[in-house]
Amino acid sequence: MKAPPFGYVKARELGQVFDLLEQHGDEAKILAGGQSLIPSLNLRLSRPTLLIDINAIADLQGIRETADTVVVGALTTHVALEKSPIISRHVQLLAAAMPHIAHPAIRNRGTIGGSLAFADPAAELPACATALDATFILRNRDQERRVKASEFFHGLFETDLKPGEILAAIEFPKATTSHRFAFSELARRHGDYAMIGLAAASPQLGMLRLAYFGVADRPVSAERAATHLIRDGAAGVEAACASLADDLESSGDLNAGPQTKLHLAAVLLRRALPALLPSA
Amino acid sequence: MEQHEISVIVNGQKLRRRVSARQHLIDFLRNELSLTGSHLGCEHGVCGACTIQVNGTAVRGCLMLAVQADGAKVETIEGLSDSGAIADLQEAFHQYNALQCGFCTPGMLATAAELVELHPHADREEIRAHISGNYCRCTGYHAIVDAIAFVLETRRNKGGAA
Repeated sequence: MKAPPFGYVKARELGQVFDLLEQHGDEAKILAGGQSLIPSLNLRLSRPTLLIDINAIADLQGIRETADTVVVGALTTHVALEKSPIISRHVQLLAAAMPHIAHPAIRNRGTIGGSLAFADPAAELPACATALDATFILRNRDQERRVKASEFFHGLFETDLKPGEILAAIEFPKATTSHRFAFSELARRHGDYAMIGLAAASPQLGMLRLAYFGVADRPVSAERAATHLIRDGAAGVEAACASLADDLESSGDLNAGPQTKLHLAAVLLRRALPALLPSA
Repeated sequence: MEQHEISVIVNGQKLRRRVSARQHLIDFLRNELSLTGSHLGCEHGVCGACTIQVNGTAVRGCLMLAVQADGAKVETIEGLSDSGAIADLQEAFHQYNALQCGFCTPGMLATAAELVELHPHADREEIRAHISGNYCRCTGYHAIVDAIAFVLETRRNKGGAA
């Protein structure tokens, strides 16, 4: 189908975005890469009266390093992340996830900020941000606010973003030499949304985050399973898999019922294990 | 309906046009400029039939607004054909029976053109991953992979990307 009618403004600077958000409230939508927003308009799932195109705003671009973090501007495209030497060196989990995100033509335009702010529970990046304990930098006209990934996702397409606020950048901790990570997903066709996926990161021995996506209305951190693996290493894998039922509480979706999801969650965990545990 | 003036280079030709804010780039190319080589399939980014090149990279024509192409360089299958840039891909698609009905072919070629530019050493797995966003309902893909692999090999042997 064709998108419903709407107005369009190409914003030149952030102040203009905040003005427009103030004037139009809920009726305005931010247009970044458009690779989720435009399909939802075409399918008439969404009917904003105004699209605010932020692609020309320099403040939201670029990947930069600090001493122990990597700060990624919200407008950074998937392809830019995929090619970035900074990302492949310091945020390897993101680099590993990139080839799984949709298809090349989508990755050429889709942005990290768009994907995170859209908060699709089946998407890869929200789970990666959760596994990496990323910090979301949100801005409104007056101030900047920092929110942890674990606090940012509220539910299906729901986030901590307040009216008049935008996601400006995402800050990832740099991987240390003891950093271990794993990314794996199960999809019916390469590039499709996953039936289920796992983004896992262990910044140091004794710390492990297992972020599943495609299981609930937001990325889910399997804390009990992680505790078993931290305590018992590879010997804890059976107990870890058994505890996934309590961790994930998946209700199933169109792809698979709860039992199948749970089975696949354990399959992914076993696959991830060798990369996550030094002795496995 | 809200209108915007855009200035865009399409297949090397500089144009100024008024477009409605809601019009997709692919509808602009097909309906306003009569460049009907790019096809419109699913209209939500899944099938890949509308894949074109914008500023040298493959994009979905149905997931970009015409107004967003202001200042951009757009290449459609017509431009890619006329310039001879993908003549070897087109010849190989023909030789290997990599098309039957032809509906997916312009999008498939725009995607393949990006692959042979960016990844001259791609193997069959990488070719499959790269075209995974383009549906073909006739060929079963095998012949398409054959054709692209042949072009990659030929271009490598010519020394351009050794």
